[in-house]
Amino acid sequence: MTSHAAHLKEKAEKASLGFWLYLMTDIMVFASLFATYVILRNGTNGGPASQDIFNLEFVMVETFLLLVSSFTSGLAYLAVRRGLKRRALVLLGTTIALGIGFLTLELYEFGELILAGHGPAHSAFLSAFFTLVGTHGLHILIGIIWAIALGDYISKHGTSPDALRKFSLFVVFWHFLDLVWIFIFTIVYLLGIIS
Amino acid sequence: MDWSWLIGRLSPEYLPKDPVTLGAAIGMPIAIIGILLAITYFKKWSYIWNEWVTTLDAKKIGIMYMGIAILMLLRGGADALMLRAQTALAQTGIELFNTQTFQEVFTAHGSIMIFFVGMGAMFGLINMALPLMLGARDVAYPFLNSVSFWLFFAGMVIINASLVFGGFSNGGWLGYPPLTGLEYNPGPGVDYWIWALQIAGIGSLLSGINFTVTILKNRAPGMTLMKMPIFAWSVLVAMVLVMLAFPVLTATLGMLALDRVAGMHFFTSDAGGNPMMYINLIWAWGHPEVYILVLPAFGIFSEIVATFARKRLFGYTTMVAALIAIMFLSFVVWQHHFFTMGAGANVNAFFGIMTMIIAIPTGVKLFNWIFTMYKGRTKFTAPMIWFMCFAVTFTIGGVTGVLMAVPALDFQVHNTMFLVAHFHNVIIGGVLFGYFAGIYYWWPKLFGFTLHDGLGKLSAYAWQVGFILAFIPLYILGLMGAARRINTYDDPSWVPLFIVSGVGVGVIGIGAGLMILSMVYSIWKRKKLADTTGDPWDGRTLEWSVPSPAPFYNFAITPTVTRRDEWWYRKKDGVAQPKREDYKDIELPKNTAEGVYIAIATGMIGFGFIWHIWWMVAVALIVVIAFVIRRSFNDDTEYTITADELYQLDRKARA
Repeated sequence: MTSHAAHLKEKAEKASLGFWLYLMTDIMVFASLFATYVILRNGTNGGPASQDIFNLEFVMVETFLLLVSSFTSGLAYLAVRRGLKRRALVLLGTTIALGIGFLTLELYEFGELILAGHGPAHSAFLSAFFTLVGTHGLHILIGIIWAIALGDYISKHGTSPDALRKFSLFVVFWHFLDLVWIFIFTIVYLLGIIS
Repeated sequence: MDWSWLIGRLSPEYLPKDPVTLGAAIGMPIAIIGILLAITYFKKWSYIWNEWVTTLDAKKIGIMYMGIAILMLLRGGADALMLRAQTALAQTGIELFNTQTFQEVFTAHGSIMIFFVGMGAMFGLINMALPLMLGARDVAYPFLNSVSFWLFFAGMVIINASLVFGGFSNGGWLGYPPLTGLEYNPGPGVDYWIWALQIAGIGSLLSGINFTVTILKNRAPGMTLMKMPIFAWSVLVAMVLVMLAFPVLTATLGMLALDRVAGMHFFTSDAGGNPMMYINLIWAWGHPEVYILVLPAFGIFSEIVATFARKRLFGYTTMVAALIAIMFLSFVVWQHHFFTMGAGANVNAFFGIMTMIIAIPTGVKLFNWIFTMYKGRTKFTAPMIWFMCFAVTFTIGGVTGVLMAVPALDFQVHNTMFLVAHFHNVIIGGVLFGYFAGIYYWWPKLFGFTLHDGLGKLSAYAWQVGFILAFIPLYILGLMGAARRINTYDDPSWVPLFIVSGVGVGVIGIGAGLMILSMVYSIWKRKKLADTTGDPWDGRTLEWSVPSPAPFYNFAITPTVTRRDEWWYRKKDGVAQPKREDYKDIELPKNTAEGVYIAIATGMIGFGFIWHIWWMVAVALIVVIAFVIRRSFNDDTEYTITADELYQLDRKARA
């Protein structure tokens, strides 16, 4: 291996390690929001409590969209690795579409609550709910913007090793958001319906 | 016509009114304009832009961090002088500041000292020394390093801008709600505080990731983790703490901001909100933050003591174990900041015992340094004097800390001057003395000449004497019941103690002045104080193996490490001259201004939030996203220095 190639490989390894460390810091952001949500959950201020406003079927559809988008992002990564540019772009497009679908449903849910007078300023419970779920949604939005930029890069530069490296970080990010969503699904929605 | 869509809530009513802030508010812009005119007059713009603003060289970024930190030390020090002048004169009837201004001044003092002096000096020293000590050419992500610095800079600008327009927060350095909530503090002061800390904090978080990866991936070949200089270990532990703690700060400040701009109810006292949740969260960051600041200082002292005692560090392994123990323990003690919350005896007992346990690894370190000096032929240079002052002062601070770890006793001294004396004892005596020692120690490596040793020692003595005068009276006052953060009192027996304390702050001011003087004098006499060997202290670690000032590529030939204190033993074995064929092509990052642009846009996001200028937030956000995308999809960010060029450069640097 030439020293230039070794240098690039080293850079890729550093980027990957750093990105995992960044995800760890993001977990701490979500941990703080989760802790706050759990503490403030009963502070409903005479307004609706969690069992009054959550609709599990609706959340099921959201979850389904997100999980499938993770699957397609993984397939897209494999396509980049095999150098199948067209297939990679189609699968990435599917991922983006599913992500937008998820975000639309989430905004719909938020909109319904706000129109019913249950906006984030109503009670501590609703503040914590909107902020926790909204922060996840914001990450999804960032992921979508990233995916679009990535699609543009691949359509211009093809499936180079550089593209694969960039793509691998995106896929890790997207799976990470899935993981956070599983916790939101369990702690916010599922436990919210039961209690 | 309603212009609020354009200018938010900006209005002339926020212009400063009382004479003290008015003076500063007029002086500061004039000074800035003066500096800008001087730069223009001396035609230095392209030099500053090309060599400093756009640089990705960690050493230069470190120098800029340090410059800001020293500037902010003077600003925060002036605040301290005003506070103690007020309490010394409180009974004479002369009122320097009313209660509101007093609150703003102590908030400014605390916030600036921790975020912009402590953090700034820490990242400054890490940037200057760490890559060189690791035998590395650079940090892991040079561009991210530039972004971090400029975010820190943007935070610094925002927190100082509040003085000129809008007023400072009056909520204390940690901004406890509900006082900092919308209901009691609707003005922009708290928003300035939030966004300055938020932006600087994100910069720190990125630096935490950057230096962790630097230590894990950029070490010279052969340097295993247990062969690293102990400073690198202390930085590694501190940076892990940064990565775990700073996201909590980001989330907490974010929630407080949402309370304020969106009328949410996280920390309000009505609608189900819980202010104590904020206090728990902020200390879950705040306590580790104390260790983030002090651990690198411990690392610096470890290097200095070993160098000047001319012995290897006593108990390297126990030192590493102590650092790691502190890393874990620092996350299970946060509740000791509010034993009076009412969590119950069992919870208080747990946190009290955990707090006392932290004293053990910290004590281990002190003994390690003392045993390192034992039977050494110690050279008492300025850095070593700082160490001696530290060892005394920090021990007193540690002992009073263990006292306050007893919940029953803490109920007595909670929120009194005793606490103020304690944390200044550990932060000045531990953190600042450590960083000052580091400045004197590494200065020749950065600039090519040593600082005047006599003036440096004099400065250390002045700090030490001033410290004792300023803070020992506060311990006594605290035990007598003097509450902190109050501008007046009615017990005449407190007057002498407050006057002594005020004089002490003045002596500290003389110490700071002597330090500046030693820098100015040494720059003037730089030819005489020049360091021609690159190794003025007969050092032990790799940074002393390169010429002074360290070249921009750090090491012409990446060193191979076989043991701790590699450079010390190499000198014993005789240093081999490098041969022409040892030089290889190297790749270095190109300068770029993108970090500055990202930070300017981020600062505008903060400004928009502070003044409710929503279009500015939106536009600046798009600019940030655009720059991040542009940078991350740009594959042409490096240039090559060929082996030939490097050989010539190295010969010139060594000549």
